[in-house]
Amino acid sequence: MTVLDDSTAPGLVGPPNSHGPRRDPAPLLPDPEPVRILGTPAAKMFDTELQRELYRRLVLGRRFNQQATTLTRQGRLAVYPASTGQEACQITASMVLREQDWLFPSYRDTLAVVARGVRPVDALTLMRGHAHSGYDPYEHRIAPLSTPLATQASHAVGLAHAARLRAAADPETAEELVALALVGDGGTSEGDFHEALNFAGVLGAPVVFLVQNNGYAISVPLASQSAAPTLAHKAVGYGIVGRLVDGNDALAMHSVLSAAVEHARSGRGPVLVEAITYRLDAHTNADDATRYRSAAEVDAWRARDPLTLLERHLRAAGLLDDAGVAATARAAEDLATEIRAQFDNPPDPDPDSLFTHVYATPTSQLREQAAELAARRDADAYADAAEDEDEDEAR
Amino acid sequence: MSTTMVAALNAALRDSLRADANVHVLGEDVGALGGVFRVTDGLAAEFGRQRCLDTPLAEAGILGTAVGMAMYGLRPVVEMQFDAFAYPAFEQVFSHVAKMRNRTGGQMGLPITIRVPYGGGVGGVEHHSDSSEAYYAHTPGLHVVTPATVADSYGLLRSAIASDDPVVFLEPKRLYWSAVDFSPAEVSTAQVPPIGRAMVRRPGTSATLLTYGPSLPVCLEAAAAARSEGWDLAVVDLRSLVPFDDETVCTAVRATGRAVVVHEAAGFAGVGAEIAARVTERCFHHLAAPVLRVTGYDIPYPPPMLEKHHLPSVDRILDAVARLQWEQ
Repeated sequence: MTVLDDSTAPGLVGPPNSHGPRRDPAPLLPDPEPVRILGTPAAKMFDTELQRELYRRLVLGRRFNQQATTLTRQGRLAVYPASTGQEACQITASMVLREQDWLFPSYRDTLAVVARGVRPVDALTLMRGHAHSGYDPYEHRIAPLSTPLATQASHAVGLAHAARLRAAADPETAEELVALALVGDGGTSEGDFHEALNFAGVLGAPVVFLVQNNGYAISVPLASQSAAPTLAHKAVGYGIVGRLVDGNDALAMHSVLSAAVEHARSGRGPVLVEAITYRLDAHTNADDATRYRSAAEVDAWRARDPLTLLERHLRAAGLLDDAGVAATARAAEDLATEIRAQFDNPPDPDPDSLFTHVYATPTSQLREQAAELAARRDADAYADAAEDEDEDEAR
Repeated sequence: MSTTMVAALNAALRDSLRADANVHVLGEDVGALGGVFRVTDGLAAEFGRQRCLDTPLAEAGILGTAVGMAMYGLRPVVEMQFDAFAYPAFEQVFSHVAKMRNRTGGQMGLPITIRVPYGGGVGGVEHHSDSSEAYYAHTPGLHVVTPATVADSYGLLRSAIASDDPVVFLEPKRLYWSAVDFSPAEVSTAQVPPIGRAMVRRPGTSATLLTYGPSLPVCLEAAAAARSEGWDLAVVDLRSLVPFDDETVCTAVRATGRAVVVHEAAGFAGVGAEIAARVTERCFHHLAAPVLRVTGYDIPYPPPMLEKHHLPSVDRILDAVARLQWEQ
């Protein structure tokens, strides 16, 4: 008999159940296999208009990724971390949100930002290099793209928690909002990911964490990143629901993610969704993916391209024909043309803006430094003008 | 009425919570316990557990959650339990709290107050006595404020919470139990000091001591002792490291022509180095001697039984004053 078995001994085991299991972990566990709808009987039950809409958005999303990558080759974007191959995740992440909801993207989630209504050129501002962010976070209810990994996850928790606090204090203006935080597989190793999920669980905040597991954190494969059964299983440790989904199955993505968002909205707590997907392009245009993964592996995933899977299904179901494909392709080219036009005029950022928004009111030190820079620019402009004049005279 | 700094800080939090429904306090042990230093004593009872929230023990999570709350329009006041316990939150401080307003072109400011009990002199174990002000002061986008008196601890904390910018509010824990005759109720809004103004605590004609937070009482003591040496020392309390009050500091230095900077933190690359440089750049022709520094040594914080050798003392300050190249 161990000490703990001796429940009659007062003081040895503490109050009943104070430290024991507090809830049944079974309902939190993800399915052993990723949820799939394409190729299953469930596909027949899926709203046909929504299927066509998903196809249209995926095609446009793919074209966006291609166009942005082209812009880097032309030097019109400094860098672009493409989400090629992850479009089903990106598109559904924006589609399942309502107007009052908030999106917390990472640097690879530009497409999700565009899909929620931000102009491409504004979503790509960080990569273009004339400002750190190009859209009003309050207009679109999208936090700025977060470059530090997983740090935006706890922001999502805090915002969702704050919305509930305010709703409790003032039910008249209550917003039943959900915050959706986007994280990659590498990001799940960060301490911030752990802390965000733990806070979400404890606070019961209406948050959904979508982990796009694309297999690599730049070059490091998942096996070197985590020994967890799946990343979705991590949810159980925080007392929140874990869901595993095929991230290249657009119908499954939409279904699982919208269920997760409505689960959170209804006050039943946060959800962690792991989407199994693949980054078909390199980490960024500056990366060389051949150093860490084989062509055969990439080819195998190309065969599971979310666009291909959806198009094949829609054609087989009689929901899409050659004319439909061609019309969608034209819409995608129109988008590409529009994006190129948005990039026609090179940005001309105002150096004065360097000092304007460091604080609500600039400090005296920043006012001095702004004046110094302005004076230097005036002097340079004067010197340039004088030089031009000399050249004119020489002619 | 005798009031300690802890009581004044508590009153500032209470009055801020009363004045603005958007103010929320969160941190470790801030609820039923009232914080390990009792600064949040009674707040959960008066305002409820949601407005004075006991969080999980995770500083990055606390601050990250506060960032999200501030994005939604709340004014979170975060308690970091000890100076060195704030370090896990540094990424949130440096990468988001300090930068969000700038990143968003002014669209998303984060009115967060981060309270940090700091400094030594309390016989604390390692990690309970750090002076971490230089880390914060080096990061553009943060205000860094440290009160040295009971009245300022009330007023500056009210101002910090009302500020639209993030404020790192450094509380000198060895002054927590210092008491003066002062009632927070007597402080009207008009008297709440603005952030960014230093204050001359003692006028003087011989030399100027520039200091802040826990070192102010030491400097005042040194100034009193200096009388017997024939020196009349001015003492300036910076109160705010960022924004820095060049005007008050330079006026006080020019008036005497000699200056000593005093702080507990290690001297190398510390706030005192910045102050000495600024004063030299701006007051060179008024100076009769180089600006000297009396600081903690460039060592990890020592064990309690040795900390008295590390902290700036009256003797070390007077020795520095004696080295200000006085004419014979």
